[in-house]
Amino acid sequence: MAFPHRPDAPELPDFSMLKRLARDQLIYLLEQLPGKKDLFIEADLMSPLDRIANVSILKQHEVDKLYKVENKPALSSNEQLCFLVRPRIKNMRYIASLVNADKLAGRTRKYKVIFSPQKFYACEMVLEEEGIYGDVSCDEWAFSLLPLDVDLLSMELPEFFRDYFLEGDQRWINTVAQALHLLSTLYGPFPNCYGIGRCAKMAYELWRNLEEEEDGETKGRRPEIGHIFLLDRDVDFVTALCSQVVYEGLVDDTFRIKCGSVDFGPEVTSSDKSLKVLLNAEDKVFNEIRNEHFSNVFGFLSQKARNLQAQYDRRRGMDIKQMKNFVSQELKGLKQEHRLLSLHIGACESIMKKKTKQDFQELIKTEHALLEGFNIRESTSYIEEHIDRQVSPIESLRLMCLLSITENGLIPKDYRSLKTQYLQSYGPEHLLTFSNLRRAGLLTEQAPGDTLTAVESKVSKLVTDKAAGKITDAFSSLAKRSNFRAISKKLNLIPRVDGEYDLKVPRDMAYVFGGAYVPLSCRIIEQVLERRSWQGLDEVVRLLNCSDFAFTDMTKEDKASSESLRLILVVFLGGCTFSEISALRFLGREKVRCWRRSP
Amino acid sequence: MNRTKGDEEEYWNSSKFKAFTFDDEDDELSQLKESKRAVNSLRDFVDDDDDDDLERVSWSGEPVGSISWSIRETAGNSGSTHEGREQLKSRNSFSSYAQLPKPTSTYSLSSFFRGRTRPGSFQSLSDALSDTPAKSYAPELGRPKGEYRDYSNDWSPSDTVRRLRKGKVCSLERFRSLQDKLQLLEEAVSMHDGNVITAVLIFLKRTLSKEILFRELEVRQVALRHLIHFLKEIGDQKLLLDLFRFLDRTEELALSHYREHLNIQDPDKRKEFLKTCVGLPFSAEDSAHIQDHYTLLERQIIIEGTFSSPVNLKKTFKIPDKQYVLTALAARAKLRAWNDVDALFTTKNWLGYTKKRAPIGFHRVVEILHKNNAPVQILQEYVNLVEDVDTKLNLATKFKCHDVVIDTYRDLKDRQQLLAYRSKVDKGSAEEEKIDALLSSSQIRWKN
Repeated sequence: MAFPHRPDAPELPDFSMLKRLARDQLIYLLEQLPGKKDLFIEADLMSPLDRIANVSILKQHEVDKLYKVENKPALSSNEQLCFLVRPRIKNMRYIASLVNADKLAGRTRKYKVIFSPQKFYACEMVLEEEGIYGDVSCDEWAFSLLPLDVDLLSMELPEFFRDYFLEGDQRWINTVAQALHLLSTLYGPFPNCYGIGRCAKMAYELWRNLEEEEDGETKGRRPEIGHIFLLDRDVDFVTALCSQVVYEGLVDDTFRIKCGSVDFGPEVTSSDKSLKVLLNAEDKVFNEIRNEHFSNVFGFLSQKARNLQAQYDRRRGMDIKQMKNFVSQELKGLKQEHRLLSLHIGACESIMKKKTKQDFQELIKTEHALLEGFNIRESTSYIEEHIDRQVSPIESLRLMCLLSITENGLIPKDYRSLKTQYLQSYGPEHLLTFSNLRRAGLLTEQAPGDTLTAVESKVSKLVTDKAAGKITDAFSSLAKRSNFRAISKKLNLIPRVDGEYDLKVPRDMAYVFGGAYVPLSCRIIEQVLERRSWQGLDEVVRLLNCSDFAFTDMTKEDKASSESLRLILVVFLGGCTFSEISALRFLGREKVRCWRRSP
Repeated sequence: MNRTKGDEEEYWNSSKFKAFTFDDEDDELSQLKESKRAVNSLRDFVDDDDDDDLERVSWSGEPVGSISWSIRETAGNSGSTHEGREQLKSRNSFSSYAQLPKPTSTYSLSSFFRGRTRPGSFQSLSDALSDTPAKSYAPELGRPKGEYRDYSNDWSPSDTVRRLRKGKVCSLERFRSLQDKLQLLEEAVSMHDGNVITAVLIFLKRTLSKEILFRELEVRQVALRHLIHFLKEIGDQKLLLDLFRFLDRTEELALSHYREHLNIQDPDKRKEFLKTCVGLPFSAEDSAHIQDHYTLLERQIIIEGTFSSPVNLKKTFKIPDKQYVLTALAARAKLRAWNDVDALFTTKNWLGYTKKRAPIGFHRVVEILHKNNAPVQILQEYVNLVEDVDTKLNLATKFKCHDVVIDTYRDLKDRQQLLAYRSKVDKGSAEEEKIDALLSSSQIRWKN
């Protein structure tokens, strides 16, 4: 079942270099504060840090004790304190309270704040306001890209989505540009660049600026990555809103994969303790099932279990010498496989139990109906019931958003009634949630009547106009219609299937959604790469509201060897799902080799 | 969207999605269980005495030696006695980690700080620092920030924002005329870096009156969004509300004020705060929700009173029938209050006859009851109320309500099905007897 690597697949660049680079930079920064020191680490940075360093490395550089940054007074008695944090205001307030408490007690210590991946002026302003600017020294740890797997990089910035797509804050664009710059410095220039979305375009422009300022660095380097594709998350919200049915996606939906690892509880480990498990290509069992539709996974696991049994059984007829060989050479591998196998079987069992309980089948049917535009009334009342039964606050919202985006907004009557029931089921304070979702364009109300479309187009023109006058956010979100139905038709996202869709031998990327839907984001990427441009996709781009934000830049194609041209880096600005990663892996096997990353 | 009925049926019945169902508990789970048994049977052989290839994991599940683990250790011990701390010290000391693998990297730090080549030649740290002309990733490292401070007043707006983007300290004081300030802002916006835009805004906020600042930002949407987010983050609620007022964004103003209630823990204070929200310029529908929220808190505070009967709450908050029934049903079923469940669906007509009615459909009622582990007798009663015969049979079979299944086949006069069902009930059970009695009955005119 596992897809064999194509013999002619291009080799992936060595991303472990990014880890070593980050670790060495951190060590360098720690050495800037010589002597014993206590290190305060922000919770969100702990897992990424664990991936590149361990306690012994920190100890070697005279870190004495480790603390978590949390809202508690520090008990540290060390003379030197070092803080490793994301550039967030609340962290500055915490540090300020600590330093000011020391001052009040007449105590002098050395303080150092290391911002990762960069510092913000707003943070420095808070330090200044709190009267501790100058008492603390600041540094930056440009740890912006963490390799989670051989073909996956992450910026580990969960706030990227909210900051940009909800608040319109462009603070992370420079971080993206810096990360691209780092990649092009390490792995050569990118001969072909494509992108879609406002954020993508800005990040691209800022990155080009950066390259121009420091030109000469990548010139003459042989490119390792042939294409880079930048894509804004809001170009395709639909895919991110669908229930995942490939194994890795289901594990994520059920247990949450964080920073490439998952916490399997006692119900999975069939023991009394939880286990933190790394999920990547090194887990041989996982690697073979991660991209598979869930229905294929059981068969695979039971086959694997039988094989394992047979391997163990072989020892029965062995003489001493053979047994010795077996124990010294094979046993370790078998044990490892045994451990992994029982974990994934446990995970499958747990997923099955949960999903069966939640009427997953009915949920998926509703999602498919929404994607195809069938039975809207029936789906709406399913969602209503979902809310009333208080199945899950987040799932209810997900369904409402899916309905909204596929239908260009909810009918006002439905919007009101669903919202009211939601607030009654899950709490009135969620009217703030609704306001946020509306601003992000995820859950909107249809404008009544046709008359408004004329106004809308006028408004949308004004909004893109720099000299636009008094136009509120409400209007700008109104101007953005999702047009999903038309896009779906144009790009053929719902495959016409005669008979049964064979999930064991997928024929297109739709397999990641049980054969019902080709992820829009991945389809766009596929189409553009096929054409090597946006040519012929004008209508799609217009429907995506991205007429001003779709770009291509092909500069040095002639220089690149054909080998490297086939390597593609896809950058999802605002995050991506495991279903999309699986779909792109499929595309890579079919056409070219792909890999991708997300902030 | 407007497909025909036929199409729809085809859709719902199409085989496309039947390849795998999550309802198919029996098949899939039994396969899994089988695999599990096979794997577990190997356990005696693969005992856990040596975990050479397993990660060393602490009680909390974190790998021993990982940073997360270590932090938890510190946190767990930090409040303890002196001995505890001493112990902790030795545990956290470098020696106890000596058995952990050393970093495998052989690359030196300096080789990474240069962008020119792939690490091949290893230079020492000092080499890297003295070698200033080399492009470095971290040019700031190692040199005090002060060196970058520059007192030149000649930076153009575009040079200034470029320096800001690089994180260099750069005085903005020379931008004193409004025109200069706005030019600086526009440069920042056209460079796209939000951090720089905010830096300029912090300067403008300090050096312009708020009326002028607001007026200029109103026509600069990107900068305006940055200011709003900045004010939210630093918690300058007063200026934020002033800004919304100036922009005439009344709804955002109201929501922003309402948001503050989330920070109030004390229920009485919270209620008082919500009272101040009631008159705010929300949209019409939100106004009603806010009013409800306030009323709800009022009720919660006097929850013991008679005002809080479910029916009363339903009336006050205009809870739709469906929602009310679903909520009440699940709640009563959890308490196993079957009489209440019964009352929920019983309606009386004007002649005093009672009738069972469920706005959510009895199939849904059955499912909810089953999820709450209702006994078969109760389930049976509601399965019987399902109108559609196929649905009824499905549910009755699924939940093993034998009597319903048997009676239904009897009513359908379906001898074949009844015969088939006989194999599904326990041997010698009352159900089997009942089936046998029916099959041998001469009263029934079977259709097959």
